[in-house]
Amino acid sequence: MAPTETVSIEQLEAIARRIRRHIVRMTTAAQSGHPGGSLSCADILTALYFRVLRHDPQNPRWPDRDRLIVSKGHATPAVYAALAEAGYFPTDELRTFRRLGSRLQGHTVMNVPPGVEMSAGALGMGLSFSLGQALAGRLDGRDYHVYCLMSDGDCEEGQTWEAAMACAHHQADNLTAIIDRNHIQNDGFSDYLRYQDGNRPQRPGGWVREDLHTVNIMSLEPFADKWRAFGWRAWQVDGHDFAALIAALEEAKAHKGQPTVVIAETTKGKGVSLMENNPTFHGKAPTPEQAEQALRELAD
Amino acid sequence: MVQAARTAASREALGPTLVRLAREGLDIVVVDADLGVSTSAAKFGREFPDRFFTMGVAEANMIGVAAGLAACGKIAFASSFAVFAPEHCLDQVRMAVAQPGLNVKLVASHGGVVTGEDGASAQAIEDLAIMLSMPTFRVIVPADVVEAEQAVEVAARSYGPFYIRTVRPKTVVIYDDSLRPFGSAQDRQAQGRPYRFQLGRWHLLRPGLDVTVMACGVMVKAALDAAELLAREGIDCRVLNASSLRPMDREAVVAAAAETGAIVTAEDHLVHGGLGGLVAETVARECPVPMAFVGMEDRYGTSGRWDELLEYFHLTPDRIAEAAREVMARKPR
Repeated sequence: MAPTETVSIEQLEAIARRIRRHIVRMTTAAQSGHPGGSLSCADILTALYFRVLRHDPQNPRWPDRDRLIVSKGHATPAVYAALAEAGYFPTDELRTFRRLGSRLQGHTVMNVPPGVEMSAGALGMGLSFSLGQALAGRLDGRDYHVYCLMSDGDCEEGQTWEAAMACAHHQADNLTAIIDRNHIQNDGFSDYLRYQDGNRPQRPGGWVREDLHTVNIMSLEPFADKWRAFGWRAWQVDGHDFAALIAALEEAKAHKGQPTVVIAETTKGKGVSLMENNPTFHGKAPTPEQAEQALRELAD
Repeated sequence: MVQAARTAASREALGPTLVRLAREGLDIVVVDADLGVSTSAAKFGREFPDRFFTMGVAEANMIGVAAGLAACGKIAFASSFAVFAPEHCLDQVRMAVAQPGLNVKLVASHGGVVTGEDGASAQAIEDLAIMLSMPTFRVIVPADVVEAEQAVEVAARSYGPFYIRTVRPKTVVIYDDSLRPFGSAQDRQAQGRPYRFQLGRWHLLRPGLDVTVMACGVMVKAALDAAELLAREGIDCRVLNASSLRPMDREAVVAAAAETGAIVTAEDHLVHGGLGGLVAETVARECPVPMAFVGMEDRYGTSGRWDELLEYFHLTPDRIAEAAREVMARKPR
């Protein structure tokens, strides 16, 4: 079911703020989880669920639905918040995140709750799964589109590049990868592009700074060129600019003959000043005081 | 007993069986990682090009693609050598298939040291331990090509993850309908009733009351030969084909313990974590009796002809018979 009326950019921004507030509350309540990479992809998920995807929250197993495969399975706070806001389940349930007996697990579990397309948690697996779905769609003559949301870390896994080769080899033009390119991962900074410290010279290989965060863990640049060399059509956009993001996703869907990738340049911890570009909040929950400040910043 | 028995490789069962089942209307797709000739999956690709997906030498991706296809309702078969799938892509098998319980059938050939000349790197002797460690997988080790065909069909017709282990060399066909040399007394009486593989049922190949040998894969033939050796000494040896490791035949194990009082397991696999361990867990829990384990003892394989390797690693009728005598001596008086 396509959205009957187009959700405006202002409305999308409001929804994304709600999703960000859920992310802060969920991780604070659970005192665990991954806020940084959830905040960085909140706008991407908002654009997908409220503008791009053909889906029906009342019928999550609809065979003709577009698929969103979330490969970065640690982004559960954002995924569950987006699903709840889209109407897949009541937002009240978000409070149970990571609790014993909850459907809302630490990392995504396929069909739990309905709307979650794949089990993830080990990085690098989403693109292969997406290709399987894309091939099945083509075989069955269904016109759904498969989107795969991936992280920097996903793109360091060898399986992703096995899958990148295979997607192009099979000319899977019903598949679009979206990279939440926030340049920060578990141990620290992926490369130098978000690392601002003029006092330290850039050097090859990773190095560990005083707070034990690593700098330059694994540079993926030249990133878009890598995808192009693998046979993909690539776009680079600001992943927090809804208009640009949606335009790129629409172009990608319309593109024929090769798989497509939208590299969304994002900010880890986007929207919460103490989390922005801060590796500490990759896998650490805010304290209640930090959460209070965060929620003030995210207020409407 | 064995009259010029027919030989065949159990890996040859996959492709032709899938072709037959697809012609019957089953929604089968096959993903392949550059070993389709060896696993016989290419025979399916030849008949159904649109449903055969080559992934190149990339097993992790192959398993992920199979899972995606399965999530869209396909019966997804993936095949490779057992050292490559599951062993090269264990995490993908665990995360993409086992945890969501998707309808993926991993049919791996080149199980065991009987893989032969390619040596230790190509000989999977850990795969059963690995696959039995994943709760949602059903694990089948067919004794021959006939049983392998049936196991592939059962897997295709049953929802959920399956692991089927086949072998490279041409081995004696146990379930050769034209010879019908084996089978229980009831089976022999039931004229014209061919063997049908069933999940969770271990076929009684030879009745006996002194000791039971439970074997799978290529060791089934060795177990039958061991029983012949023992018969010459007046030892009445029961032989079970333990092809369905999960679900296993708990009742057959309990009955063997109660009726024969001693059990030997035999497998072309490490003695840890495979058939031996599986039987031992049930025996320890439900019916303690002396047991012995014939298999690979904490070591890797080596190059050689497959039949030479069975001798070299003591995966032989003689060794099974020796183990049978040894467990019988440990029976409480």
